[in-house]
Amino acid sequence: MNPETRTLRVDYLARVEGEGALHLEIEGGRVTRAELAIFEPPRYFEALLRGRDFHEAPDITARICGICPVAYMMSACQAMEDACGVALPPAIQDLRRVLYCGEWIESHGLHVHLLHLPDFLGFPDAVQMARVHPEAVRRGLRLKKLGNALVEAVGGRAIHPVNVRLGGFYRAPPLETLQGLIPELAWAIEAAEETIRFVADLDFPDFEVDYEFIALVHPDEYPMNAGRLTSSRGGDWPVSDFPAVLTETHVSHSTALQSRRPDGTPVLMGPLARYALNRERLTPRARVAAAAAGLGTVCRNPYQAIVVRAVEILLACEEALRLIKGYAPFEPAALAVMPRAGEGHGATEAPRGTLYHHYRIAADGMIDSARIVPPTAVNQARIEADLVALAQANLDLADDRLRALCEQAIRSYDPCISCATHFLKLDVVRHP
Amino acid sequence: MTGQAPRLAVWKFASCDGCQLSLLDCEDELLALGERVQFANFPEASSDIQPGPYDISLVEGSITTPHDAARIQQVRAASRMLITIGACATAGGIQALRNFDDVNAYRQAVYAHPEYIDSLATATPIAAHVPVDLELRGCPIRKEQLLEVLTALLHGHAPRLPQGSVCESCKAAGHPCVLVAHGVPCLGPVTQTGCGALCPAHGRGCYGCFGPREQANTSALSERLAGLGMSKPALTRLYRTFNAVAPAFETEGRRHES
Repeated sequence: MNPETRTLRVDYLARVEGEGALHLEIEGGRVTRAELAIFEPPRYFEALLRGRDFHEAPDITARICGICPVAYMMSACQAMEDACGVALPPAIQDLRRVLYCGEWIESHGLHVHLLHLPDFLGFPDAVQMARVHPEAVRRGLRLKKLGNALVEAVGGRAIHPVNVRLGGFYRAPPLETLQGLIPELAWAIEAAEETIRFVADLDFPDFEVDYEFIALVHPDEYPMNAGRLTSSRGGDWPVSDFPAVLTETHVSHSTALQSRRPDGTPVLMGPLARYALNRERLTPRARVAAAAAGLGTVCRNPYQAIVVRAVEILLACEEALRLIKGYAPFEPAALAVMPRAGEGHGATEAPRGTLYHHYRIAADGMIDSARIVPPTAVNQARIEADLVALAQANLDLADDRLRALCEQAIRSYDPCISCATHFLKLDVVRHP
Repeated sequence: MTGQAPRLAVWKFASCDGCQLSLLDCEDELLALGERVQFANFPEASSDIQPGPYDISLVEGSITTPHDAARIQQVRAASRMLITIGACATAGGIQALRNFDDVNAYRQAVYAHPEYIDSLATATPIAAHVPVDLELRGCPIRKEQLLEVLTALLHGHAPRLPQGSVCESCKAAGHPCVLVAHGVPCLGPVTQTGCGALCPAHGRGCYGCFGPREQANTSALSERLAGLGMSKPALTRLYRTFNAVAPAFETEGRRHES
């Protein structure tokens, strides 16, 4: 076979959430196509939500993703509260932020230590890696467990929490439940710093992309539940402009819809985007740790997302600790949200990037339409463009090395295929 | 299962990943478990994918495409013991709401090019396609139950799983009854226990995520809820969520459909 012309495929991407594959085509020494195929079966959430009661949206959409159910619940609540003209008091917003911190710690803890780190250290999984690097794996598991404990303490259950409702919570958690987590959070802050130092020293492939980043930006805090949609190329918009900022198209190789800027530019969401647009609103300690890890003001190497995720674990631990120290149980635990005919928008920062929900509801609260844009659906086009560039720059590698490099790159975006709809498949075709 | 460590496989069909994530959520036990069983096919956690046969297969998700209907047959053929984990695998999951509607309309509502999408008209539980050795309920499953099952299999005894209704567990835990005290609709009396009566503990009604208990008296409960002023469409929605095609809930949901 002419080494200049080949096809490479990865039929089932491992250590990603959901079912996907990669297909890469190389002709005459040029990478002509990179498809991140998403073949996870569609579940039609936007259709099945029609005719359901607006109060049901958080619990139903949580089931889109078992790894980031809080993100779905938060975006759904925000959209319905927007539709009904409800503004939440600070106590409820703070408790939602604690809940979101738990999800970031859990999701990033899982990805950094169990899914992504094995690539850098040359292991197929964390169990085998633990035989050589027991400290790193145990630290990751303990951080992840703390994230789950936070979600459980506020949400009642780690996966698909039961305590979230429109307007707030069913019950404000008892003071001692949250305070009981303070010692572990104090440990976690130091553990997160240890993880940052550990991943900062990894060997990162030399690869940078001049990204257009999109993330929420809030004047007072690192974004989770609130902010304006903002681009690193200039421009910021209210969340309700999301459909104009990013337009959806449906491509044949995916059960997820892809989103791009109206001019066709693929954008990147998630940790690198949040960091580039919000670095100055990290906690001082997280900012110092990021600088010591060599991150600079912007990080354009997708492989280094593991470092940014570790910094966000630290940020989330510090934020959770601060908010819990200031917590006092409150009554009522939720504001009443009365339905009215109209529409509402919600966008929050899921671990993987901005998650947008839009609903139209009738006067009796029945859902007329739903639109959900998960961050992986936005990142998919960007990932494909990056894979073309990455493969082009590494064409001298043998197929198995090139395949491994591409797979590792895909994992660095932490794609959530159940969210986007599915599973990753990587194929490299080199034509004779 | 003597000699070599049993070979464990985890399979995903239409689902949210939450039930298999429960295995990774066993943070205190995962490494020890990894020494006792071989993760021979667990792509969410490992790129070390080995061919079958497997001693234990954990199956998450429901069957929604022609491809998956064929794939579950291969999984069954390669597995000595097949355990379904969670509401999707045992009762179709939330995506089974399409069974009450027109999947083509669904496809057109979500996708600009519905012709790119290959999808069955229904979402069905694994047991509708192949014999299942053991079912774990819940949306999501409770990780303690998964550990109990794996431990029992490793030691060669039958797993001890909770029996009865959420209502019984709730009373045993001493939570005030949300239905009696506050008139909040609650599926506790007709739902299998196992969650720890979480919803009533938080002051909300059970929404049935563990599916119907055996001999669930759904009609008596519906009568009570109707007496509290619940409309027929609301009753149908109550039974029709994450276990909508579990027979007892499906029948009761249809009964109130206008």
